[in-house]
Amino acid sequence: MRAFTKHKGVAAPMDRANVDTDLIIPKQFLKSIKRSGFGPNLFDELRYLDEGQPGQDHSKRPINPDFPLNHPRYQGASVLLARKNFGCGSSREHAPWALDGHGFRAIIAPSFADIFFNNCFKNGLLPIVLEEEIVDQLFTEMYAEEGYELVVDLEEQVVIKPSGETLAFEVDAFRKHCLLNGLDDIGLTLEDADDIRAYEAKRREQAPWLFDAVK
Amino acid sequence: MGHPQNKKQTLYDKLWEDHLVKSRDDGTALIYIDRHLIHEVTSPQAFEGLRLAGRKPWRTDSVVATPDHNVPSHVEERAGGIEGIVDEVSRIQVKTLNENCEDFGIVEFGINDPGQGIVHVIGPETGATLPGMTVVCGDSHTSTHGALGALAHGIGTSEVEHVMATQCLIQKKMKNMLVRVDGELGPGVTAKDVVLAIIGKIGTAGGTGYAIEFGGSAIRSLSMEGRMTVCNMAIEAGARAGMVAVDDITLEYVKDKPYAPKGEMWELAVANWSRLHSDDGAHFDAVVELKAEEIEPQVSWGTSPEMVVPVSALVPSPADENDATKKAGIERALEYMGLEAGQKITDIELDRVFIGSCTNSRIEDLRAAAAVAKGRKKADNVKQVLVVPGSQAVKAQAEKEGLDKVFIEAGFEWREPSCSMCLAMNADKLGAGEHCASTSNRNFEGRQGYGGRTHLVSPSMAAAAAIAGHFVDVREMQEAA
Ligand code: SF4
Repeated sequence: MRAFTKHKGVAAPMDRANVDTDLIIPKQFLKSIKRSGFGPNLFDELRYLDEGQPGQDHSKRPINPDFPLNHPRYQGASVLLARKNFGCGSSREHAPWALDGHGFRAIIAPSFADIFFNNCFKNGLLPIVLEEEIVDQLFTEMYAEEGYELVVDLEEQVVIKPSGETLAFEVDAFRKHCLLNGLDDIGLTLEDADDIRAYEAKRREQAPWLFDAVK
Repeated sequence: MGHPQNKKQTLYDKLWEDHLVKSRDDGTALIYIDRHLIHEVTSPQAFEGLRLAGRKPWRTDSVVATPDHNVPSHVEERAGGIEGIVDEVSRIQVKTLNENCEDFGIVEFGINDPGQGIVHVIGPETGATLPGMTVVCGDSHTSTHGALGALAHGIGTSEVEHVMATQCLIQKKMKNMLVRVDGELGPGVTAKDVVLAIIGKIGTAGGTGYAIEFGGSAIRSLSMEGRMTVCNMAIEAGARAGMVAVDDITLEYVKDKPYAPKGEMWELAVANWSRLHSDDGAHFDAVVELKAEEIEPQVSWGTSPEMVVPVSALVPSPADENDATKKAGIERALEYMGLEAGQKITDIELDRVFIGSCTNSRIEDLRAAAAVAKGRKKADNVKQVLVVPGSQAVKAQAEKEGLDKVFIEAGFEWREPSCSMCLAMNADKLGAGEHCASTSNRNFEGRQGYGGRTHLVSPSMAAAAAIAGHFVDVREMQEAA
């Protein structure tokens, strides 16, 4: 996994609550058996004026001029500002893949849905929870200033505003460790293989019906 | 796995403790997974990851696979098996699942196998999912299996790979929430109405960070099918896991299922399962209470499952909402749905009706829909009514009972087991602007087709809407019958 340490980038808005993963990446693109290539279809139904299909040349499709991410000022943005309960609904990991594919490295919101939140960390994407009033303030400042840039420092657990003001955020120690070092957590878990085997042996004894029924 | 006698635990606490391999200093825990269900959409990248790292599945007998999202529901297209799938991209995905299962030695109920069906329907139905298990699947509606008294939740594709390779998940314990529904449900009010009412009350993020236990006399009196409907939609309230304590109804359901333990092993299992309930006085971090008598048949009007009202109500107005974000949400939903604030729910006309999905495609759901459809005809303004059984077994049972004929005589279409119009990955979709009464679980923008407008309802309410051509309180039809 790609490491995340410190990142500086232009902020862009996804200014609505309860953005679900169907909206982040519509189902027709989930037919792919690959992990990449979802970037052009991030927020597909909002970004384009037509219905997208997998395998299409998306650069030829009609763009929705009203959708903020299409505005020139947000091109190349890599920090997404969002609202409450971002990423709710389907567990599709294609959602963080699409955000990543479009170039986002961090998402700031007052709250995230659990599965999406978890999926982000597995893909080097950092979801940051800040209080609602603080996120409101960031939206206001971003709208007021073209090229509004934020620094996200994972080591220090702060978001730094252009004014130099720092906003502290919480992150779970294990996730931080994996992200900072770009660690594959399967490898880490396998270091505990002996514990897993010991547990399994005990469980097999206590609940034998859970083993070998499906063959 | 034992625990001190004096510690009062919730059902979730017990399931968690039973599966705890190891607590780490950083606050995370390794949780052992008993059952891993996989389908074609969220597994290919996980298998690819295993191959790239040269890893093998830890325990293939814990994995059960079936294709459901992409498989055609249309009888003729389906007859051709995998090769018959017209959409090339879908065909490749279904084929890939097949090849991966063969390569890694995983049991798969293939496209036209008698065991095939929506993954959350076949798990309980075959006994692949059992009380006391931890169950995961790369699919958020894995919460369904919690109805059996299991700890079941959706995971992402990286975690599919992680479970495959290690039989474990890295987890942090969630908080405990009890949703208690006491009293007796009125006639015509179903499990679907109960769970929609719960989501309407606590909101789509109300359960975030919690494992929800559904309890109370109204939940206890539900059949297993009904409990699955309720747990299925726990995720729509933001909770990854929903569950119901094990009781006689659970045991009655599980007994004799193909993969369920038999003979002495059954007795052993039952003895073990008898403790799968919350202890009296166990601590819940949050408690939500509803009165069964106050729940009416529900209809969602907006683009989030929390945007739901009783069928007798009016479409809400943004003017009545003080919270700015919510107000904007209502305005946007009204616009997307093509509805007016203050309009009667019963005045919403339908273009299509969908009866199916892992929420409501079990035999009991089809019986409820058929009871309303029997001897009636779909309204002319309704272009299509799809009835899609959740599994081959449900389909066979329904046909044995003659339900397929009831539907066909009513002008409904009888299809093959699949996710179908729940998410419109196969050919079953809404056209832009079309209104659909749907027994599925999500009314998100575009969920059932680009520009489509979904209204979530129970199977009997969906059938009633198909007959009337607009929403109607199914209780009026049931009285008339
Ligand atoms: S029926 Fe719908 S919600 Fe259920 S697994 Fe299929 S797509 Fe997901």
